Amino acid sequence: MEATSHTFTDNARAGLADPVLRRALGMAGTGFPARRAEAIARLPEFEALRDQGKAIKDHTIAHLDFYLELYERNVIAAGGVVHWARDAAEARAAVLDICRSVGAKVVTKGKSMVAEEIALNEHLEANGITPVETDLGEYIIQLRHEPPSHIIAPAIHLMKEQVTETFRAAHTALDPDRAISEAPQLCAEARAMLRPQFLAADAGITGANFLVAETGSSIIVTNEGNGDLTQILPKAHIVVASLEKIVPTLEDTATLLRLLARSATGQEFSSYTTLSTGPRRPGDLDGPEQYHVVLIDNGRTALIGGEFQDMLRCLRCAACLNHCPVYTAIGGHAYGWVYPGPMGAVLTPALIGLDEAGDLPNASSFCGRCESVCPVKIPLPKMMRHWRERQFVQGKAPPVYRHGLKCWAWVARRPGLYHELVELKARMLGWLGKRRGRFRALPLAGAWTKMRDMPAPEGRSFQSLWAERQRAGK
Amino acid sequence: MAEPARVALLVTCLVDLFRPSVGFAAVKLLEDAGCAVEVPRAQTCCGQPAYNSGDKEDAKAIARQVIAAFAGYDYVVAPSGSCAGMVKAHYPEMFADDPAMRDQAAELAARTYELVSFLVDVRGVGTVAAACAQTATYHDSCSGLRELGVKAQPRALLASVAGLTFAELPGAEICCGFGGTFAVKYPDISDKMARDKIADIEATGAQCVLAGDLGCLLQIAGKLSRAGSRVEARHVAEVLADMADTVPPIGATRE
Repeated sequence: MEATSHTFTDNARAGLADPVLRRALGMAGTGFPARRAEAIARLPEFEALRDQGKAIKDHTIAHLDFYLELYERNVIAAGGVVHWARDAAEARAAVLDICRSVGAKVVTKGKSMVAEEIALNEHLEANGITPVETDLGEYIIQLRHEPPSHIIAPAIHLMKEQVTETFRAAHTALDPDRAISEAPQLCAEARAMLRPQFLAADAGITGANFLVAETGSSIIVTNEGNGDLTQILPKAHIVVASLEKIVPTLEDTATLLRLLARSATGQEFSSYTTLSTGPRRPGDLDGPEQYHVVLIDNGRTALIGGEFQDMLRCLRCAACLNHCPVYTAIGGHAYGWVYPGPMGAVLTPALIGLDEAGDLPNASSFCGRCESVCPVKIPLPKMMRHWRERQFVQGKAPPVYRHGLKCWAWVARRPGLYHELVELKARMLGWLGKRRGRFRALPLAGAWTKMRDMPAPEGRSFQSLWAERQRAGK
Repeated sequence: MAEPARVALLVTCLVDLFRPSVGFAAVKLLEDAGCAVEVPRAQTCCGQPAYNSGDKEDAKAIARQVIAAFAGYDYVVAPSGSCAGMVKAHYPEMFADDPAMRDQAAELAARTYELVSFLVDVRGVGTVAAACAQTATYHDSCSGLRELGVKAQPRALLASVAGLTFAELPGAEICCGFGGTFAVKYPDISDKMARDKIADIEATGAQCVLAGDLGCLLQIAGKLSRAGSRVEARHVAEVLADMADTVPPIGATRE
């Protein structure tokens, strides 16, 4: 998808002014955190699990080459094929080749963020193959030609009224007077529309929440069961996954699964946790004839050994989005690419560049709530700060801030001068603001006073008053 | 009797400029807790604006200045979770690749505290001699809460303020939208966060909102007054030091 991260400020303003988004984001901002808190309250060892989860991911990344090769051997042993893709183009080409090899006209798709990242749907469509999203949220936004606005709830920016309109506009063969104003009716309609597609599809594409090295299995967790139909019914199952999804053992995977659902939706476990190991074996009643894994780097290995390596622990649970006061204010589309919220603010500049996505790591108050809920303790604010450091060093921070900051720092390193200036400012602003106690407008402070008053200083600096008190012998 | 603890007050740049009353409230509370308070003149700011803007070199230069200014005291106390958090959590990290400075930073970090948690956790203060005939609510400033674990301490001391009724703030742990330069770099987003915060504050029915950080309080007080609210805003130290009746709230007339 075309990135619009460079117009972040305008995107955010549009999000803030969107009344539908305001109502819709209530769910992400309050519902998810409340349910997560309840789920965690029932699991006393949750904090210890976070440490274990972090350790598992750190160990895996430290030995990534070993586990990737082990994984590949086990996929092959189970009858599957691994396709290594260095970047998005190679990944798209690999998927297209597999689809063509089975003569696919229609492919079903489970929800996959990495498929969004490599713009897979556009590529398949451009090559005459129809991708059908089967996750309800993804199905809705595919009909609307919109990108996801959340990594686990892609249509969270919509209310059911918009879904009703979308279905009426898209499903023109159905009775125009049918009742589809309620969620169960909408679900039933989507199910009815998708059922023939599941049966017609020649290939099914899913993502993976985990790739298990010791067994060569891929794992998806869903709440709709659409992923199972996507991967079991067609001739070929294609897993697209970025290579940091690898986990050494099933035991490790179980630990991470305990963290994932609680962090994501506040469920103890997702409704479906599905393991796939290779294609259908002799005697199996169902399953695909072919099992392919397209293993995508697309910038991941470049993060290893650097200041953004910890990002490779990410489980894509979305807890950081759900708890982010910026995300829940502006919505996911404002971030302008695939990954929104705090995890997107760290990952997006790594994947599409700091020039395009430079606003994202800046648009944070560093409140730290993201890090405090991250199931694998990713230091998200710290890494956003690293991006700011790069911008500063590269001279890409806006000049007004860069120069302002340099001036301020120059003075702050000269305490004598600093105290004189602060006293002067305190006296001046204190005198000007004495009557009202606050300013509705102030030169050079327009960005502040546009929306809120600036409380007036009390009129003297603490340091001068303290010095006077000391001189007076208290 | 044992020598009183020698405490250096990290005034913070915002208290120095905007609200010296908070500094004097901190001094009173520390003296009441048996500390001898000094205010190093060589301090200006903790350097957080530079650090969070990516200007690591200036941040380090200012941090060196702070480390030197506060050498030798038993404790360093700031009436701010944000500035204390900067010294405690970020100075050692800032000098991670400079062992000599890192050790000095870690040494300073180990004896640096946010004011209210210092009173309760280190000095064992359980009650204060203060009165305030208001219903008050409390906003947990992010750095104090998440970097330093300041949560129960202010509530415990507020419970001992005569006449004060405490109303818990829904969403007390959600950021007010200040975030230093964030507030002016992204004013629209910051404003939305402030609006949500003051709506929550209004819903408590409190007459006064308290917090432990002047940054958040400038944002909250500025938004309250712009919205025409009658809710007052104060630093929690002012109430604990029994100054609520003598010092006008933040952003109020001083005539």
